Amino acid sequence: MENKNEQTVEKLESQSSPPTGIQVIWREFKKDKLAMFSLIGSILLMIAIMIMAFFTIDQTEVMKIQLLERFTEPGVRGYILGADEAGRDMFGQLIIGAKNSILIAIAITIIANVVGIALGIIMGYYGGFIDNFFMRIIDFFITLPTTMIIIVVVTIIPSYGIVDLILIIAAFQWMSTARLVRSKALSEARRDYISASKTMGTSDFAIMFKGLLPNLSSLLIVEVTLSFAGNVGIETGLSFLGFGLPPSTPSLGTLVSYAMNPIILSSKWWVWLPASILILVMMLGINYVGQALRRSADAKQRLG
Amino acid sequence: MWKTIVRRVLIMIPQLFILSLLIFILAKQMPGDPFTGLITPETDPSVIEELRVKSGFYDPWYVQYYNWIANAAQGDFGQSYTFKKPVADIIGDRAMNTLLLSLLSVFFLYVLAIPLGVLAGRYHDSFLDKSIVLYSFISYAIPAFVLYLIFVFVFGYRLMWFPTSGTVEIGMDPGTWSYYWSKFYHLLLPAASYALLGTTGVIQYLRSEIIDAKTMDYVKTARSKGIPMKKVYSRHIFRNSLLPIAAFLGFTITGLLGGSIFIETVFAYPGMGKLFVESISSRDYSVITALVMLYGFLALLGSLLSDIILSIVDPRIRID
Repeated sequence: MENKNEQTVEKLESQSSPPTGIQVIWREFKKDKLAMFSLIGSILLMIAIMIMAFFTIDQTEVMKIQLLERFTEPGVRGYILGADEAGRDMFGQLIIGAKNSILIAIAITIIANVVGIALGIIMGYYGGFIDNFFMRIIDFFITLPTTMIIIVVVTIIPSYGIVDLILIIAAFQWMSTARLVRSKALSEARRDYISASKTMGTSDFAIMFKGLLPNLSSLLIVEVTLSFAGNVGIETGLSFLGFGLPPSTPSLGTLVSYAMNPIILSSKWWVWLPASILILVMMLGINYVGQALRRSADAKQRLG
Repeated sequence: MWKTIVRRVLIMIPQLFILSLLIFILAKQMPGDPFTGLITPETDPSVIEELRVKSGFYDPWYVQYYNWIANAAQGDFGQSYTFKKPVADIIGDRAMNTLLLSLLSVFFLYVLAIPLGVLAGRYHDSFLDKSIVLYSFISYAIPAFVLYLIFVFVFGYRLMWFPTSGTVEIGMDPGTWSYYWSKFYHLLLPAASYALLGTTGVIQYLRSEIIDAKTMDYVKTARSKGIPMKKVYSRHIFRNSLLPIAAFLGFTITGLLGGSIFIETVFAYPGMGKLFVESISSRDYSVITALVMLYGFLALLGSLLSDIILSIVDPRIRID
């Protein structure tokens, strides 16, 4: 009995206090069925890909060349999605490729965002010369045709692998994050609570990363989600052109690039179309989640 | 305003300098030199060696940089390794194709995006508005090359409405009407595909601009004078919202240049973007260097142009 009373009191209290970040996000997703569907769908899809890639599919078996099975059609002899020019199972390649693309995009997102967020906060907090100096660099690099420069850098490096690719792409992706975080940090750093921390003698580092950072978290979640989607696009795009992953490592982009052969594009749809559709579905899903997050981060746009 | 423009132009000079330095450093990392392109089985290696010494291949890097940039400024980017022709000639041939594609794409983009943006803003929160916003979201979210491929597959191979490669039908006489028609026909699908995917910025901007304008005093004044809503839109709101759209042209051009790599590769259209991919595959470094420099220059020029137009049309952005 007493216990029950306590629960109601707790409930009342939580209703009277303003909703926190997670609650706002939850309300937004509950209001927007499509966003909820995208969120659950994207997460389940990625988990399913990871489980299949790590536990049920044997990469060496999939990548074995079997010329007798050349261009097997889907559904024939146990090939769910048929086979490619070299008789390799397309379904297995699709799962491994998706796994590689997702993991690479995650790695790029983490590196680029850690650099971008840290630099953005430093720029916004200190302002002045540091801010000006980095802003000029960022403005300059944002204008440049980065796709071309990434391609040139990739070709100059004598023998590159997954790690090099991740680092090269990440090197060109932190700027927009830094610029965005900086603009928010700039106004946030002029607030009273920051001044209060300063007068109390808290170190700059602690104010920036313990005081400022959590207050930007809603913005950062949006930024990280959308940049993840963007990074899937960049990696698959580069691999599609032939400047991403080395040919021995399948990625969604390399699978789509088989379509550059007119015969495969026109009559062997099962080689390239499933990977294309998987990219489309993933990009739409993740971007939709990002949009819903953006709405919940901005009180003016909220639905819930 | 002049102050802003002059300052932006002045900023561009160090930007160009840094860009050229960056590209020069990248180019130095590439194997070979401008004379590798002259080597044929018949050439005497000592002749090439002599050319190298004469051209300053063994000079210190700053002397080399100075010579390179001085030549580049006069349009001389050296010899292509694969084509055995001056780089400027090769790029010149392809630049025309890319220019045609870009112009038609930008034209389609504005023809599509301006009415959609205006409609979405005018009928704000209606079903029409929601559909337009959904379309602009989808076109933003999906990677271009995937959709281009699906378009080639559907409209080129399945329905066979459009050609799937090249700029013109083989065997056409240059100068005839059917030649120009064929050229235009080859441009239609890639330009329309690009326009379909590039509308997001313009639609979003026009839409929010028009929604804002609805509450503005000048619209209320016009309405209270008894001017019909239709006229308020065409005379007042539309005109005020359209000017900043002109400023997007610079960014659109920059985006188009970056995107030309994908669109020209997928549609097998022989422009500068495809030339870039081909040059990378054949390690034709003098062409690559020239192209990156050219694209970088155009991108800087595009953003400069946008800033200037913006500072002219939008007094809020005029900061001195």
